[in-house]
Amino acid sequence: MPQKSLQDRLAILADAAKYDASCASSGAGNRNALKDKGIGSTEGMGICHAYAPDGRCISLLKILLTNACIYDCAYCINRVSSNVERAAFTPAEVADLTMAFYRRNYIEGLFLSSGIIRTSDYTMELMLEAVRLLRTEHRFSGYVHLKTIPECSPELMSEAGRLADRLSINVELPTRAGLKQLAPEKDETTIRTAMGHVRSRIEDAKDARRDRTLRRAKPPRFAPGGQSTQMIVGADAASDAEILTTSATLYAGYGLRRVYYSAFSPIPAPSAVLPLKAPPLKREHRLYQADWLHRFYGFEMPEIEAATTGGMLDLDIDPKLAWALRNRHVFPVDVNKADREMLLRIPGIGTTAVKAILKTRRHRSLRLDDLSKMTRALKRALPFLVAADWRPTQMLDAAGLEASLRPPKQMELFDAP
Amino acid sequence: MMPVTYAVTLAHDADFTGWRSAARRLDANHVQPGCVQWRCEGDPQPDFLLPAARPYQELPTGNAARTVPGAFVSLAQKLICHSADDRFTLAYRLFRRLREEPQLLSDAGDDDMHRAHLMAKAVSRDAHKMKAFVRFREVTPDQGADDRPHFVAWFEPDHHIVDATAPFFMRRFAGQSWSILTPERCAHWDGETLSFTPGVPRSQAPDGDPAEDLWRTYFASTFNPARLMVKAMTAEMPKKYWKNLPEAQLIDPLIADAQKRHQAMQDTAPRAPARSTRVRRDHEAGSRAADAPIRSLDDLAAAGRSCTRCPLHCGATQAVPGAGPGDAPLMLVGEQPGDHEDIAGKPFVGPAGDVLNDVLRETGILRDRAFVTNAVKHFKFELRGRRRLHRSPDAGEVAHCQWWLAKELELVRPRVVVALGVTAARALTGQTVTLNAMRGAVHDMADGTQLVVTNHPSALLRQRNAEAARQLRGNMLADLTTARRCLEAAG
Repeated sequence: MPQKSLQDRLAILADAAKYDASCASSGAGNRNALKDKGIGSTEGMGICHAYAPDGRCISLLKILLTNACIYDCAYCINRVSSNVERAAFTPAEVADLTMAFYRRNYIEGLFLSSGIIRTSDYTMELMLEAVRLLRTEHRFSGYVHLKTIPECSPELMSEAGRLADRLSINVELPTRAGLKQLAPEKDETTIRTAMGHVRSRIEDAKDARRDRTLRRAKPPRFAPGGQSTQMIVGADAASDAEILTTSATLYAGYGLRRVYYSAFSPIPAPSAVLPLKAPPLKREHRLYQADWLHRFYGFEMPEIEAATTGGMLDLDIDPKLAWALRNRHVFPVDVNKADREMLLRIPGIGTTAVKAILKTRRHRSLRLDDLSKMTRALKRALPFLVAADWRPTQMLDAAGLEASLRPPKQMELFDAP
Repeated sequence: MMPVTYAVTLAHDADFTGWRSAARRLDANHVQPGCVQWRCEGDPQPDFLLPAARPYQELPTGNAARTVPGAFVSLAQKLICHSADDRFTLAYRLFRRLREEPQLLSDAGDDDMHRAHLMAKAVSRDAHKMKAFVRFREVTPDQGADDRPHFVAWFEPDHHIVDATAPFFMRRFAGQSWSILTPERCAHWDGETLSFTPGVPRSQAPDGDPAEDLWRTYFASTFNPARLMVKAMTAEMPKKYWKNLPEAQLIDPLIADAQKRHQAMQDTAPRAPARSTRVRRDHEAGSRAADAPIRSLDDLAAAGRSCTRCPLHCGATQAVPGAGPGDAPLMLVGEQPGDHEDIAGKPFVGPAGDVLNDVLRETGILRDRAFVTNAVKHFKFELRGRRRLHRSPDAGEVAHCQWWLAKELELVRPRVVVALGVTAARALTGQTVTLNAMRGAVHDMADGTQLVVTNHPSALLRQRNAEAARQLRGNMLADLTTARRCLEAAG
């Protein structure tokens, strides 16, 4: 069989990688190419270089080294029993392609994943070779995210941490039961143990860098962009509450930067054990909002769970509003007196607005006119807050409050697929 | 009397340095913001109907060097890059107001501040989009010139951001020479120096690059037609940028085709999972091994990995089996693995392990010669924000896990067992005992093994009172010394 062209293989291996939702290129700290006259920088915040019509940002060259795989995970387009066309890059091709795109400012770096061929270690070694070429031969200081294989040896994992900015290991499904059903060959203990290993290496490296005496050289970094993971939503029966509990467990247990939720999406070669219908994309969106509440707004997962219906988040309104509607007794919150924790609970008031409120009220008391400059969602917030010239008297207890805050039915948040 | 109006002419549209030195001198002479006409070199001359202005350089320099907060400087730097004509006036007005209103910068409700923030945000966004959407094209330099490739981009910013954003490209593309051309101002990097030249028309920019076909292939392939969200795309990549993005010509055809592709996916007949794969065969061999009779500690640890007797396995990373020699005369039993143990898969490696090691050392017991384990093998915790807080296992969990502990006792056959804490004592005796009742004596277990009970090392860590902590440590020392004597007596 003649070798497929680079372009054909790029089409196959990018298509095969697109089900991984992670796109972040942030958190790698400051690094640039000025000193060694190489190519590449990371400056804290990541950059989205393009957006596809699916609304997702394109920040990294997200490809698989190969889409051949010895595993048979039902939700995955690359599983052994799928009939997709197979292809592979060499490590050198991955490095060259990354450089060609990076030099033209198409991307922030590389997201490299792979199907597993021969053994986990063999595959991991090939992926590492691509990154090694980038870092040494091409003097590349841009962002690299490696999707690591949980079954690989600890030595390879360590090298991955030295070469890459971010490591990720997918937990795949929110529950052990789901994993057993849809990916019977994978083992959750192995996955979690690998995440635990990465967590300790990251912590050790941070400690070592903090502790060093002035004279010693800086100890090497280990995945300065931290680790992340992905869960597929809607392929198994797990409820939003179960998904979020798993996330909270993962954040606390492994110090993850992010948990990505990927609404299981129809794939060109579906498996017979998958549900027939994909979940609404809005479900994914609500999960991200709830995740955000947990990470930045001081919400504990049981609180979010208590504002669900049978464990499922409301698709029409955001989880913070859903929580507020069920906890009207804590409102209205006085924006001139309440502490930060309570301000963060007001629907329509975000972390930036809370910062502005706290700053400004040191000098004078806030009126609605002030608030209108701090948030664009004041209308949603009004029933829940008190300002110098505003008190929501009957609004909070009005029977129609919930209906007035729900979007009219015909308005869709997303374009229909 | 009409106040005098002063004119300031800045070197270019984003001349912050020029603005700052003029603002300082005007401020030192208490010139009101309404009495300054700001313009940039190359702007049309001011309307002759405006009051005739005198060059601000006529004002005395003044010696009142004012210091302003750093936050104002960074705000003004951004403000000056905005395309609004009154940007210099607004920046100067804020500078003046800061004299009397030091709290101004932290007033998010003030009209001037609000506008300044919005303008600064627009400038930041424009700069961010420039970093994102500049697309370099490789050009081959003329014969005879340096033969390294040169990369050239065409970009059309909304604000005067070229000077402020060029250093980003210098840091990122240090190893290649490049030019970014815009209608107003161009930036160049030759590998050594960053320089700026006046704007050029678009026709001077190259119009293609061989890598663009590959890039378009990538753009098309990374798009998932099953999740079309055009609004989300245009919110972040507005149409005004499309004409300079090589990939954007694909957007309309991709959208047009998405529905058909999505339908085709849904119409595809699902395939059954593979009957057998190599991984599954290995897996099955593995689980057969796990079901095999347990003859050694290794068998036990392997079987314990897949324990689901109680719900604790759901949150924990792994079951933490006991560790130590299979013929250890002494077994130490703790309560359950903690955060560190859960990650490492080994008992007593965290802070409580340090306390234990310390006390053992003082007692003269070698930890390497003891078998160290826990009454419960999975970590039980409650989530508090981003932390896992230890929670004691309940009687049911202890009872479920007793099976594993009994197996360890059976395989190791220690002569003396030390229960660290009340949970271990309960697991080992099967009774609801208290620490105070059990401590200080040597108990005989049903199989003749001697049992010594002491407190858990983490009790020392939790104890805030130093005196009480010392006392707990004393207890542990005494109890472990008792255990050591028992071992010696047993030979």
